[in-house]
Order: sequence, then C-alpha cells, then structure tokens
Amino acid sequence: MSTGDPTFELDGQRVPLQPGDTILAAAARAGLDIPYLCWSAEVSASASCRVCTVLADGRPVAACVTPAVAGQKVECRTPSLDTQRLRLLQMLFVEGNHFCPGCEKSGNCLLQVQAERAGMTDLNFEVLNPERPVDASHPDVLFEPNRCILCQLCVRASDEIDGKRVFAIGGHGIATRLLIDSPSGRLGDSALSVGDRAAHICPVGALLPKRVGFAVPIGQRRFDTEDTRG
Amino acid sequence: MNASAPAPRKLRVATVSLGGCFGCHMSLLDIDERLFELIEKVEFDRSPLTDIKTVGECDVGLIEGGLCNAENVEVLRAFRAHCTVLVAVGACAITGGLPALRNHLDVGGILQSVYGEVPDDPELPLPLNRVLPIHEVVHIDHALPGCPPPADAFWQLLQDLIAGRTPVPAPGLIRYD
Amino acid sequence: MVVNAAAVSEPTAETADAVLDRWQRDPLALVQILRETQAATHWLPRSLLAHIAAALGLTVAHVEGVAGFYRFFHTRPVGRVRLLFSDNITDRMLGSEALLAQLCARLGVVPGEVDAQGRFSVDRCSCTGLCDQGPALLVNHHQVITRLDAARVDALADLLLAGTPVEQWPAAWFEVVDGVRRADLLLSGLAADAPTLPAVLAQSPQALLDQVAQSGLRGRGGAGFPTARKWQACRDAAGPLRCVVCNADEGEPGTFKDRVLLASHADALFDGMTVAARAVGAQQGFVYLRGEYRYLLPQLEQVLARRRGQGLLGRDAAGVMGFDFDIAIHLGAGAYVCGEESALIESLEGKRGTPRIRPPFPVQAGYLGRPTVVNNVETFCAVAHIARRGGAWWAGIGTAQSTGTKIHSVSGDCARPGLYEYPLGTTIARILEDCGAHDPLAVQVGGPSGACVPASEFGRAIAFEDVPSAGAFMVFDRSRDLFEVARHFARFFAHESCGLCTPCRVGTELVVRRLDKLAHARGAGRGSAFDIERLRDLDTVLHSGTHCGLGASACNPLRDTMRHFGEAYAQRSTAPQFQPDIDLDAQLSSARRATGRSDAGAHLHTDTPA
Repeated sequence: MSTGDPTFELDGQRVPLQPGDTILAAAARAGLDIPYLCWSAEVSASASCRVCTVLADGRPVAACVTPAVAGQKVECRTPSLDTQRLRLLQMLFVEGNHFCPGCEKSGNCLLQVQAERAGMTDLNFEVLNPERPVDASHPDVLFEPNRCILCQLCVRASDEIDGKRVFAIGGHGIATRLLIDSPSGRLGDSALSVGDRAAHICPVGALLPKRVGFAVPIGQRRFDTEDTRG
Repeated sequence: MNASAPAPRKLRVATVSLGGCFGCHMSLLDIDERLFELIEKVEFDRSPLTDIKTVGECDVGLIEGGLCNAENVEVLRAFRAHCTVLVAVGACAITGGLPALRNHLDVGGILQSVYGEVPDDPELPLPLNRVLPIHEVVHIDHALPGCPPPADAFWQLLQDLIAGRTPVPAPGLIRYD
Repeated sequence: MVVNAAAVSEPTAETADAVLDRWQRDPLALVQILRETQAATHWLPRSLLAHIAAALGLTVAHVEGVAGFYRFFHTRPVGRVRLLFSDNITDRMLGSEALLAQLCARLGVVPGEVDAQGRFSVDRCSCTGLCDQGPALLVNHHQVITRLDAARVDALADLLLAGTPVEQWPAAWFEVVDGVRRADLLLSGLAADAPTLPAVLAQSPQALLDQVAQSGLRGRGGAGFPTARKWQACRDAAGPLRCVVCNADEGEPGTFKDRVLLASHADALFDGMTVAARAVGAQQGFVYLRGEYRYLLPQLEQVLARRRGQGLLGRDAAGVMGFDFDIAIHLGAGAYVCGEESALIESLEGKRGTPRIRPPFPVQAGYLGRPTVVNNVETFCAVAHIARRGGAWWAGIGTAQSTGTKIHSVSGDCARPGLYEYPLGTTIARILEDCGAHDPLAVQVGGPSGACVPASEFGRAIAFEDVPSAGAFMVFDRSRDLFEVARHFARFFAHESCGLCTPCRVGTELVVRRLDKLAHARGAGRGSAFDIERLRDLDTVLHSGTHCGLGASACNPLRDTMRHFGEAYAQRSTAPQFQPDIDLDAQLSSARRATGRSDAGAHLHTDTPA
C-alpha cells in the first residue's frame, strides 16, 4: 500500500479501501472485526439485523451496505454502540425461541457467538414466546423456525446461487416469517436439495442438514475458540 | 496485615434450584478445592448444601432453573424479598431453558395425558401455562449464563461479590451451552 | 394451516384470469392484480395465489409474501362485506371504539372475525384520512362512510343484516367534504387567467428547474428535501429512461390535505408532475394512491383521460415536440411504510413494500432501476404554481428557510376541524386560535412521526427550522391523557412495521407491551421505575440505527410525552419494586381447569406483595 491509497478510520485504525467497498467489506479485508449476522460475501445484503451498525462521521449506518468513504471516521466499539448491539442481540433472542443447550448449531452459531462476544448474560426483555411449528418434512434438511432470525441469507442464496427461489419473506411486523415455495408450503415439497447453498448458509440453527447434528465434539466446533470457550 | 482486626463478616449466600436439574449446583461444586477458600468468606443459608428449608436475610441469592409452577414463583419471591443481590444462574433461569420446550403445549392437556385422572391435592403446586424465565417475575441483578455456567464463572462471580465489585464475567466465561 | 395450492374453483380462476389479462400478465402489476381480484373474491386463498403466481411466472411463496404484507389483502376468509373502522386517535376521541362495539354487538361478530354465515367482518384499520369528519369506516376497501354516530351504526347494522347491497345504502353516508377552512395559494387553486401548461412548458427544462431552485421549495412529505436538488440529481443520473412519481400514500395518521388536493386540485397536481417530467426528462409518471383513497380513483382517471384528450399527456405532451409523458395510477393496499419513497417504488413494482437499501437513492436508481423523482402531492401542486408565477414569487412567501405555504390537516379537540393553509412560519398558537381549540394541552404536529408540542411551546412556528410538519395537526385538550395517545401511536407503528430490521420489528412490539403493562391492559403487574428504564432503553435503540424512518420515528411520541408529560408515566409506575410482565394468576388457568382446584394454592397474586 502506498501512502496515497485511500483509507478511512475505524476505531482509530486506518483501513485501506477499494472502489465499491462497503465499510464492512473493507474492514473484513483488513482483518478488523465488525460484528454482523445477516451478511455474507456470497450473496447480496439485506441489512436486516443491524448488528453491524456503526457511526460513520457520527451517523448510525449499517456497515454491510454503507459505502466506505475515504477520510471518513467510523466508530464501532463505543460504549453506546456496544450497548446497542447487545440490545439488538437480546431482541433477537426474545423474538424467537432460542435454547442453545439443546440446539445442534450450538458452537457453530453466529447469533450465539456474537451474543457471547457482546457480553450478553441475560435477555433484558420479556420473551415473546412465538408459536412456530417445526417443519421436518424434508428428508435431508430440517426447518426449525423457532430459531429463525429473518436474516434472509437462505432467501438470497436460493435466488442468487441456487437459482431455485425456494424461500421468501411473508407477513409484516413482529409476524414476519420465512415462507417456503411449495404447493403445501412445507420444505419437503419444495425444490430444495441438501446440496444447495441455501441449505447450509443459515447462520443459526433454523435450516440444518439432517443427521449431522452434534457430530463435532465440543471444543472443536467453529466458534470453540479461546475467547468464547475459556 | 493487621492480625488483631476482627474477621470480616462472611457473605451470606442462599441457593435454590427451581425448574432446574441441579446441574448448575454441580458446576458450583466444580470449583473443587477452592471450596475451602470460599467457605472462609461465605456462609450458606437456604441451599441444597445446608438443608435449610426457608430463606433468611442474605447478601446473595443464586437462582437455578426457570419458573415451572406456583411454588417456584413463591420461592423466587421469597428469595427476592430476602436477598440483597439476586443472580439468575444458568440457561433455565435466564430463558426458561429446556423445560420451556413444553410451552407450545397446553399444560392441562399434559396433565390429562400423564395422569388420566388429574390429582387435585392442594399440596401439589400447579404448573404454570408456560415456563417463565425468572426476570419476568422479579428484578434480577446479575445473570450467569451457561448450561451449566462454568465453575470458573461461579468462582469469579462470588469473588467479585465478596470484594464488593460489580460482577462482569470474563469473555471466555460467557457461554450458553 | 396447510392449504393445498392445487385446487382453485373455476369461477375464481376466471375472475383472476380476467384481471390478469387486463394487466397483460405483468408481474410488476402484482399488487394491482391482487387488489382487483380480491375485490371480486373477497379474500385470497392460497390456491388463488398459486394460480396468479403461475400466470405471472412468480413463485407461490413470493406472491404469498406480497399478499401477506399488505393489511388490505386477506389470506384468510373474511365476510362478503368488510368494514374497517378507521383507528386514528382522533377517531377514538370521537367515539369510534364504542361504535365498533355497537356494530359488532348488533351483528353478533367479534372484531377481526367473520360471522358464521360469512356475511360480514368488522375490524380496525390505520387512519383513513377523514379525521375532520370521523369517525369513519372503510367498506370493502373501496368506499368510506363518514360522520358515524350511534344512529348511523344502527341503520348500518339493519342494512347489513337485511343483506342490502352497498350500492343501495344512503348516498349521504358516503359524503366526503373538502372542509377547507383557510385557503391560501394552493387551496385557492390556479387563477383562471394563469398561463396554460403548454405556455409553461415552452420554457426549457433547465429554466423550469431553475424556477424551482429559486423558489426554495422543499418537499412537503415530511423529510423536507430541497425539490430542485432532487430533480437535478435525477436529471444528472445516467440512463435513457426516467420516472416521476407522486406519493399520494398519505398514511401519516391525522393527515388529510392530500385527499383534498387530489379531490379538488388534481389538475394542479398533474401539471406539477408534468413540469417535473419535463425538467428531469421523464417519460413515465405514476400516482401511488393509498388504498384508503380508492374512492377517488374514478374521478382521477377521468381527469387523466380529459388531459390526454387535451393533448396535455401522451405523445408530444402539452405540445412540446418529443416530450412523451403519461401518468398511470397505482393503488396501495394498506401499508403505511409505502409512504417511504423506496418502499413505494418496491410496491409500484408489485413487491412487498420494504424500504430499499440506500444508496442508490431513487433519483439514481428508482422504478425498474430508472432515475426516479418521488414527490408529495402538495409539492407537485406547489410546482404548478411556481412554474407559472416564478421561483422568486414563491420564495417571497413564508420564511427565508421555509418558503411558500403549507396546508395543515387540523383535527381533534377544536371547534372547526378541517384544512388550514398558511405561509410557513405561522405559529402553532395562531392555528389553534383559528380552529377554535379551547384550552389545548398539546398538539401532535406532523403526525405520530412528528412532534408532540406542549402548551408551553405553542409560540413556536411551523417551519423547517422550528417545528417541521408533514401536514397533520392533532389537537388534544386537557381532558386527554397523553400517555394513552402515545400508546395508541406505539400500536400504530408496531402494526405498520415492515418487519425487515430487528430494532423496528422487535422493538416496536416491545414498546407496545411495555406501555400496555403501564396501562394495565394485559393483566400484568403494576408499572415501576424498571419499566420506565426499559422504555428509555427501547427509545435509544430505535433512535440509533433502524433501516428507515418508520423505526427511527416510532418512539417519537413516547420520547416527547415522557419529556413533556412525565407525570402521566410517573403515576403509572408507582410500584416500589419490579412487578411481573405477565398475569401470573392467569398462568395457572389451564392447570386449574385440569385439576378443578380453586383453593388458595391454586392462585397467584400477580403483583409481588411489598
């Protein structure tokens, strides 16, 4: 990097940027961590979780969709943003039914690890306890809507990578939910196959390939690192 | 060091498992030989460790388990009334946990299918329609997540409380499974 | 409920096919197709959605997602006659809840449910923009009944029970008046001797744009963005095709000025749109008309047809060679968030009205990716005047930073509700005096997403630099409880949240529950300082990073009323300790039933004894 390359500042560190970069993409390339849930480099962004909210020149923006601007001052780790992230994670936990101890995704779950890293010890809010029947109709993939955080990654992966349009978003407000494209509305009657990217992109335990749960022992799972597992 | 100073008052701690499995209590015991050090600074009130049946005035109450029935609620309220600091310990206390998996079922229907003829003995606590995390019923001062929380998390919490510090779990000690 | 998509009855399919053909099976028209189909079928069974999806080359899930997004689309059975009570706070202040209860009692239905014979269903909907002549209700998402009272509701129940078709109901019920109380430039209309549109359009596009720039006109929809800057950005954006869209989705509760402009000044509106199209180089115009104003559609279509006949639209519009421009009207279907310009464009494209990720902004990539100008009805009407009388003339009205006039929709506790147009910079006190507000406690300026202004600040002026307004002016007198007003608005935002982003989707719901707790509406324990703390917390989260303005302003009423009317909250949070969020005794109901017990141990006090 020459001294003339454009950069912006993230929590005091200079981050080089390339044309078309979002704040999150530039930070990720520089090895700097901005927490997120609903973003993936593989598909277009939904900007739905807002966990990556940063202050860009003092204005709150979602880092995953906001273009990085040379010379900009971006703050991610401030006490108020840390609290904001914590509250957003707590909102996601109370919105669904998240029981980590019994979940196959535990240790590999982005929601779990972001909450642990954010120092979340309690739920803060009342649990909303939604009624969401499990859909086990597919031979190879489980749909457990109680854990869905409406990140839309499966929707986008199915549209943009698999070319199958298996998922869509339905409802509105707190009743927003994931829809499945099939005559019955159930996953087993859809075009999803376990080889699809959409079957694997879920950051939480809402869409899970069957018969592989708990295969990896505790200590060797994706997020079983020192800072999260003592 | 001033050898003539009186020994500081011990921190009085009560513990209970509501709708829990006592796994959190087992994890507390996992501090192993540090128990000897702990007992120098802590005395236990109501707890499975003492067999005291009702909670007295305490500095700290550790609550394991969520609220499954009316008795759980009464015990939790007694703890809140008598403990200066109340700590939710473990996934069940914090979220309802595994017992809350019954929440989408009608509890009356469960009673019917389990008992056939449902007992009406007033001695038996009635189950709540849904299992509740304890923070929905009383104010909770701190929470120790995990299923169970690691022994080190208990140790750190108690050390902090003994020292009069606000407990903030070290990053590696926050885990939900 | 699993509904098999395979079976759709013959007549239903034929109805849908006729609608589909009318729209040339264009997937961009999905919202219009659903709307017109439902007008005949009453509701949209999944089988019908699958039929429509197949015809448009869309997935069932996509169509189901769109149908489930809009409040006016029914994916569960409803009555053959659907009655929706307008549920703005002003309707409630006029007794709408009692009237709804009265109608339901007469019909033997529960709000939100259909009667056993499938004849009718009664429910609530967000503000219908008839606050000055409420309480109001919507019939079949098509007509409105105004000035409801007990006698009218009784007569309505008689007709419904007798099965009298809507066409035979008394015409007087459907009367909607303009209610102009104070007219300035816009409400007075264009002068008879004003230059014609062709004369206006004889100016160059740049000259038109310069006039608007000189006028200092800022958007009237709420955000107050300088109109000329928006147009310039659109004009400068790359691409051969451009669009001009009129945002007639007047969804902000308490706002009804656009309804009157649409009803009585449609030519000014279309003039303004045409001027904009000429200035930015657009070929295509849309009016996005809120579903609640469906009854205005025929007359608006008539005006458009007349203008086409006059050569003001179409090829070489208004006599300008090579300027091809026409306007189509698209209807919304009950979604407040579609007032946000990028959500509106999504809806125009037949999709869920979810606000887009910005940038790109609509002026860069809007409808079908084309550079698109979206302006409010009142903004376009202002343009019609500015283009004729010049930017300097408009800039001389109002204040230096807030030029021109503004129309206020006045409702609530005042003797003379209706429309009041003043130069910007007019004080709230002046408007209160003119509308005959007796001893007002507060005014909600700009609707729920605006500001709640207490009596101590009535000297402030309505202007971008002081109290900005999108046009609502709801007056509350000293008999009103501002906590209940805020709670009502909180319900509104939770109901209207699009559900995309976490803080708005979950946060608005949590605010409602917490306020319900303070109001003792759900049998939870009494409020305490802990609940107030939690509300402040939620307010902070919603004010610091939602996807769009709906979430960002959802806590404005809460914040304002907590600040100015803290007593209303204090008296609801007197419990010395935290009390349960839920009704604990009710939590034992199922076990009590199963055991038949009623002893003391079979009950719990919800409030923790002190």
